[in-house]
Amino acid sequence: MITITVNGQRHDIEADPNMPLLWVIRDILGLTGTKFGCGAAQCGACTVHLNGEAVRSCVTKINRAAGQNIVTIEGLSANNNHPLQLAWNEMSVPQCGYCQSGQLMSAAVLLRENPNPTDQDIDDAMSGNICRCGTYQRVRAAIHKAAAMQTEGVKS
Amino acid sequence: METNALSRRNFLRVSGIAGSALCLGFYFPANAKKGELITVNTADLSGFEFNAWIRIDANGKVTLTDHRAEMGQGSFQSVPQIIAEELEVDLKDINVVFAQGDPVKYGSQITGGSSTIRGSYKKLLKLSATAREMLITAAANKWNVPASECYAGSGYVIHKPSGKKLHYGELVADASKLTPPKEVKLKDASAYKLIRKPLQRMDTPMKTNGEAIFGLDKKLPGMVYAVVERSPRLRGKVKSFDGSAALKVPGVKQVFKIQMMVFNTTRDGVVVIANSTWAAMQGRKALHVEWDESGFEHVNTADIYKAHEDLLKTKEGLSFKKQGDPDGILNKADKKIDVIYQTPYQAHAAMEPLNCIAHYQPDKIEIWGPIQAPDWVQGDITSKFKMPKGKVIVNMTFLGGGFGRKAFLDYTHEAVAISKEIGAPVQVVWTREDDIKQGPYRAGISYRGQGSVENGEISALKFKMAGQNIDHWNGPSRDKANNSTAEGFLKPYYDSIKNLSFADVPYEMPLPNMWWRSVYASTNGFAYESFMNEMAVLAGKDQLDFRRQYLKDERCQALISKMEEVSGWKSRKKNEGFGVAITECFETTVGQVVKVSRNAAGKVKIDKVWAVMDCGWYVNPDIITAQIEGSVVMALGAATIHEITFKDGLVEQHNFYDYLMPRMSDMPLVEVHIMENPADAGGVGEPGLPPFAPALTDAIYDLTGNRIRKLPFNMNAI
Repeated sequence: MITITVNGQRHDIEADPNMPLLWVIRDILGLTGTKFGCGAAQCGACTVHLNGEAVRSCVTKINRAAGQNIVTIEGLSANNNHPLQLAWNEMSVPQCGYCQSGQLMSAAVLLRENPNPTDQDIDDAMSGNICRCGTYQRVRAAIHKAAAMQTEGVKS
Repeated sequence: METNALSRRNFLRVSGIAGSALCLGFYFPANAKKGELITVNTADLSGFEFNAWIRIDANGKVTLTDHRAEMGQGSFQSVPQIIAEELEVDLKDINVVFAQGDPVKYGSQITGGSSTIRGSYKKLLKLSATAREMLITAAANKWNVPASECYAGSGYVIHKPSGKKLHYGELVADASKLTPPKEVKLKDASAYKLIRKPLQRMDTPMKTNGEAIFGLDKKLPGMVYAVVERSPRLRGKVKSFDGSAALKVPGVKQVFKIQMMVFNTTRDGVVVIANSTWAAMQGRKALHVEWDESGFEHVNTADIYKAHEDLLKTKEGLSFKKQGDPDGILNKADKKIDVIYQTPYQAHAAMEPLNCIAHYQPDKIEIWGPIQAPDWVQGDITSKFKMPKGKVIVNMTFLGGGFGRKAFLDYTHEAVAISKEIGAPVQVVWTREDDIKQGPYRAGISYRGQGSVENGEISALKFKMAGQNIDHWNGPSRDKANNSTAEGFLKPYYDSIKNLSFADVPYEMPLPNMWWRSVYASTNGFAYESFMNEMAVLAGKDQLDFRRQYLKDERCQALISKMEEVSGWKSRKKNEGFGVAITECFETTVGQVVKVSRNAAGKVKIDKVWAVMDCGWYVNPDIITAQIEGSVVMALGAATIHEITFKDGLVEQHNFYDYLMPRMSDMPLVEVHIMENPADAGGVGEPGLPPFAPALTDAIYDLTGNRIRKLPFNMNAI
């Protein structure tokens, strides 16, 4: 039995300790916002936060997450109102949308650590996330937009 | 289910509009999760012959149907945006649902060939306006006033003189009893309130919080998971297998052999059934399978291109077009070129690997998945599994990318065969490696261009292609050119070049290949437009002026002028490379200008891409812009980053670590312009892709004098 906390909720998991967090989240907990893209930490579609850090859940074994705090896309905000989610909506960033949970989870860590990222910062932080639809230009613009919204929010 | 009972009882049928009936009736959507799109169970309604894009319930709730797949290209937004315009409802007040596969109701549903809008917008406008007129008539009858005194807006019918109004929900029962008007007046484009507006996509919110349900996210009660070890070489047969170790993996329930249809052949696999995706994957790793793959060990990439080149040099091929005497003139010409272009095999590599849920029951088959062609799947499964008509129900989820791959029928067929074997609902999951290594692929095609110029004009042009044809599965050889194979080349060239010939030299090779975003145009466009740029140099002409000389059609002339204007073509600087290309496919023409320069380290980098699209009538300019941005990225990857290669019959790539993708840091700035004209709608999802590679290589030539004729090439090695 392995205990993990996902989006603030405690779960006792009966699973092979080698099972990646991705499949625990998807198949056992039924939270399907976190996506399977490559199974090899190459594409970032499965990105979640483990104690606040962006990790690739497809290669993170469940026993490594024991007793720790996990946030998935479903827990990024209460009402789809994280500045990134608002910016994503305003700029119609997603096309197919499949990689976007991972894009958002990576961007959320970037924005927390670096409230006003440059293009180079965005390249560095986001290059682990593949988008086959090619939404990169909008992801970049939306991160800048969210950074501005966040700064505005702090001011007001 | 309650939903169906209500539907059966309350659906009112009104038929006879534009060859397709309109359904106005009472409909309660299922209480599904928000991101899970609700589908009407057509099997239970098979006694009704209706075509339902529009449903309005007694409370006035409007439900619009997207009959095409949503794979990123925006049908979920653009189809309702068209309907709501003429129906006079606000998009914030509607539900959108995906249709099930049903070609009788919806006509073609194949989401390919960039056909969603161009193939259905006239019908959608008309049936929406028809519904609106019936609601207006119902209100006028109720008020006993002339219909001409009434109008519709935001889901209400309003009586102009008195200001009285009734909600559509209050009118739907009466409206549905009326005979639909034969003719309705459609809005002039200048009166559009929704169409032509860059409205935000309605599917974005559910794609930013994990609610959108893709194929892999769908779950059924009692569902098990399957992964399949498939033959690493095409048409391989299972000689023997040992599943005993796999069956010891916790969670693994069953191991058995299966056959998947690939075109008109079969490919063997060994299935592992388990209670989770992970367990099934672990079970597969423990399998021991011995394959008989004889006959395919000698397939090697280098040999394929060698064979192409030999064919191009020795065969005339099947002619698409021949006029004048290109051979005679080329023989005598002094100023001429004779060059070969090469394009690689490519995988689709959609972010969502292939997957499909099937539930085979003796009296019906239900399917859920990321499916580009639900109507084709329905037909295919009905006939292959010998089911009565109407007993195969195909449900579309959101697609995590498609690019043509998910319009194929192999993975749905395989899922049904597995469900039939185990007698339970099953989700078949392909890994990334399965997705990349199994194909079918975009075929690599080679081209030979021969051309001569005299007095700054093309005196003769001869173009040939050699490569696998997509319809190769229809027979072992071809005796006639297939015109779709010529996609990508601008037809106006035909009229303006007196001596020319185009031909396709058949090349037979049993690799599974098929359509890939923009299909033949994706490779033809590179070769033809690269060749035009080479001819411009030979003629001593500016590339855009050269095209102006040959593309005399009014729309092309306007497009060229726009490209010149937006890119600052005439004021380009010495240390910058500029390249161009213009291609046409799916009734849309796109011109691109690419600008490159060298960075501080001396490497060539792409500074900007200007794209001008002439797609005629269009719906949402922001979606079009996004499609072109994305097409440029996909073209960039195929031109400079990845390719599928074969060694001894095996695909050499596995996953994103050796089939690399463009990433954030590779993204060039893309600026999109849309031409305004009254022409009919052309496609949008694909035509932005073909011109990028030839415009890029032309820009590199402009900067460095190095003409690239083989894709992919390494940007860092220039």
